[in-house]
Amino acid sequence: MQIDLTKFPRQKNTELRSWALVALAAAAWIVLYNIIEPLADWLAYGLLALEHGSRLGESLAFFFYDVPKLLLLLSGMIFVISLLQTFIDTQKVRTLVEKRGEGIGNAMAAFFGAVTPFCSCSSVPLFIGFVQAGIPLGITLTFLITSPLISEVAFVMLIGMFGWKIALLYLISGTTIGMISGFILGRMKLERYVEGFVYDIKPRANIDLNLEEKLTWSERISRSWDSTKEIVRKVFWFVIFGIAIGAGIHGFVPENALAGIMGKDAWWSVPVSVLIGIPLYSNPAGIIPIVSALLDKGASLGTALAFMMSVIALSLPEMIILRRVLKPQLIAIFIGVIAAAIILTGYMFNLVM
Amino acid sequence: MLTIKILGSGCANCKRLEQIVRKIVEEMSIEAEVIKVMEYPDIMAYGITSTPGLVINEKVMSFGRIPTPAEVTIWVANALQTA
Repeated sequence: MQIDLTKFPRQKNTELRSWALVALAAAAWIVLYNIIEPLADWLAYGLLALEHGSRLGESLAFFFYDVPKLLLLLSGMIFVISLLQTFIDTQKVRTLVEKRGEGIGNAMAAFFGAVTPFCSCSSVPLFIGFVQAGIPLGITLTFLITSPLISEVAFVMLIGMFGWKIALLYLISGTTIGMISGFILGRMKLERYVEGFVYDIKPRANIDLNLEEKLTWSERISRSWDSTKEIVRKVFWFVIFGIAIGAGIHGFVPENALAGIMGKDAWWSVPVSVLIGIPLYSNPAGIIPIVSALLDKGASLGTALAFMMSVIALSLPEMIILRRVLKPQLIAIFIGVIAAAIILTGYMFNLVM
Repeated sequence: MLTIKILGSGCANCKRLEQIVRKIVEEMSIEAEVIKVMEYPDIMAYGITSTPGLVINEKVMSFGRIPTPAEVTIWVANALQTA
């Protein structure tokens, strides 16, 4: 006799209970979100008796307000995003992209790259899986560019520190960068720079991957809850340290100190920021508070965003992983094309903002 | 005797999955061989596009996420009965 996994959670009251818990959590979230600002002020100016307008007071009030605010935003929004992500996985994306040609295929890969969660340890299986399915190299690379470049954590952090408009700008420009760079890479006929073993892998004949798996809402909710906890735990210290450094810059670095080197008029600032960002890797949760403080001190938006994208999209560990399937020539071209696209985006923002 | 394979190149999630599996095998005190499949050609032979993957008696049970201990326990129990 088989034990049917689906029997347990399908009971009505489990579903109802899950939704009730979500509603309760949402209510608590709203209450908390509305009391953190007075609480932060009270902590800095009341309890610690710092003076309004003093450097330390400003920095600390900023820190006490931003840390809980961002952690709340992250947990709430990552939960909602994770819930949506339970409807999509890389296997489904592969099936959807499989029959498309270049152009539409790139656009779809960029879109799905943006919405699926990214784990660098999965980039090789993903690459091989796409190649096995006969998906053109350019489309596969579009997915591999967009997936790390658009991160849900970065998106939420941008909403928290810069507002909706900048967060949307990031989404749109990141997807466009992935689409265009992948398309260009596809045109360059680089198949010979893919390691040969990738084409030799044959899936076993009797593989049945139709696991699923009709998920019930309570299963989706509990999975999203688990992945939210996982992500928030992972970014927790990045948020704390990022905001601490940001708060330090905010309170102690003079206004316009950076205008000369990261401002609009320094034309070389965009490429230099991107170059510095390539080998660096930081979690977006750590880099965005710092970028935000840099902006306050006279750095321009295009330069700051280009730096951030370069830090999160291009990283040494990721390249080392990709080296397993891509020859060094292709890695170099890959980095070059993405860096160029990010630099262009940076200039564009500096021009229009 | 069950053969349980963990597909993954050694990332943090793969190690977590391995821990979960080993603990369940121990708790249920069943005879099972737990094998880590770490080479990409071998992993990809199972047709998955994201890791970690869990294979019980050559059947892919999950991939791209860490299943809960409860799920793994049920899969193992089912595999024992059908084996």
